Amino acid sequence: MADPKPIERPISPFMLGQYYRFQMTSVSSILTRITGNALIGSFILGVWWLLAAAVGPDYFAVANWWLTSWLGDLIFTLSLLGIWYHYLAGLRHLYYDAGHGLDIETAEKLGWVIIIGSVVLTVLTLIIIQF
Amino acid sequence: MVQLTLPKNSRIRTGKTWPKPEGATNVRKFVIYRWSPDDGENPRVDTYFVDMDKCGPMVLDALIKIKNEIDPTLTFRRSCREGICGSCAMNIDGGNHLACIYGLDEIQGEVKIYPLPHMPVVKDLIPDLTHFYAQHASIMPWLETKTNEPQKEWRQSIEDRKKLDGLYECVMCASCSTACPSYWWNSDRYLGPAALLHAYRWIVDSRDEATGERLDDLEDPFKLYRCHTIMNCTKTCPKGLNPAKSIAEIKRMMVERVV
Repeated sequence: MADPKPIERPISPFMLGQYYRFQMTSVSSILTRITGNALIGSFILGVWWLLAAAVGPDYFAVANWWLTSWLGDLIFTLSLLGIWYHYLAGLRHLYYDAGHGLDIETAEKLGWVIIIGSVVLTVLTLIIIQF
Repeated sequence: MVQLTLPKNSRIRTGKTWPKPEGATNVRKFVIYRWSPDDGENPRVDTYFVDMDKCGPMVLDALIKIKNEIDPTLTFRRSCREGICGSCAMNIDGGNHLACIYGLDEIQGEVKIYPLPHMPVVKDLIPDLTHFYAQHASIMPWLETKTNEPQKEWRQSIEDRKKLDGLYECVMCASCSTACPSYWWNSDRYLGPAALLHAYRWIVDSRDEATGERLDDLEDPFKLYRCHTIMNCTKTCPKGLNPAKSIAEIKRMMVERVV
């Protein structure tokens, strides 16, 4: 028997954090997506730098001033963190795809390894660049 | 598509606060999602207070007590009350659980209960699972054979039978699929962890003779590969199964058959 008038049903609430708890596995997964997309922006800035150098000294001075300002430093430092995070998360994906580490306990441990590891590697990289 | 907010007709309003039980000393607050197709209004959350000295230990005990003693219009599915039928799956305290085997002592503070996430609502805590069941049917959840039927049953070694452990126990409660952000956003084409766990259950069955066809059917950018190993499915499964592992095994078989 068909409904005389179709009922417009609501969608039950789902939003992460508000209705569904964040957990290590979902947070580390969504951060992979976020860092991946943010890094597109960082690479565009890097390409702009190179393009400016190819255009000429005057234009390079403008780009160089922006990208070595405190704002540029901040963006590239965060990008560095993003690259390390994305790289380690990618390694974890390879490990998953080989069929390993897919129990919750190991997956959550690996999540912490990625987060702490990316911070440590970023600090090490900064130290190496500075000296 | 990624969706971060609820559509207009699904936004939740504050509903009624029901009176506290008289003379009770050990009272617990329950915040419960309500929606009825009859009044044309938006969903709301009602607040109830339950006398815990006169209530059983599980979330379902409290729901039944509310329905019996406070508000008979509260609607939810339940049947076996021992975690085998899968009817009472709902979003409790920010995770999907079977209300009958989820203890009230596992929750801190007020108890928030919503229907399984990102599903059309039939009424109150009842989601519409039609599409979910259709996806299960689409993976051919039965033994497919080509050779002539044996005189007695299809035999299987003890080792091969063991491969089905951790798969056949699924009760199709939909907790895993509705915990998966990828399923929230792509359930029109992504099969989701429950259907894929069942697909794997038949793929690894030594008696099944349609493994190739089953893999062909899943070789699709959406049906299988929208799984991004978020693992909300495995974290939430009330039966302690591991759909994420099953999906990874299917992906591995996809690679193995071409290299």
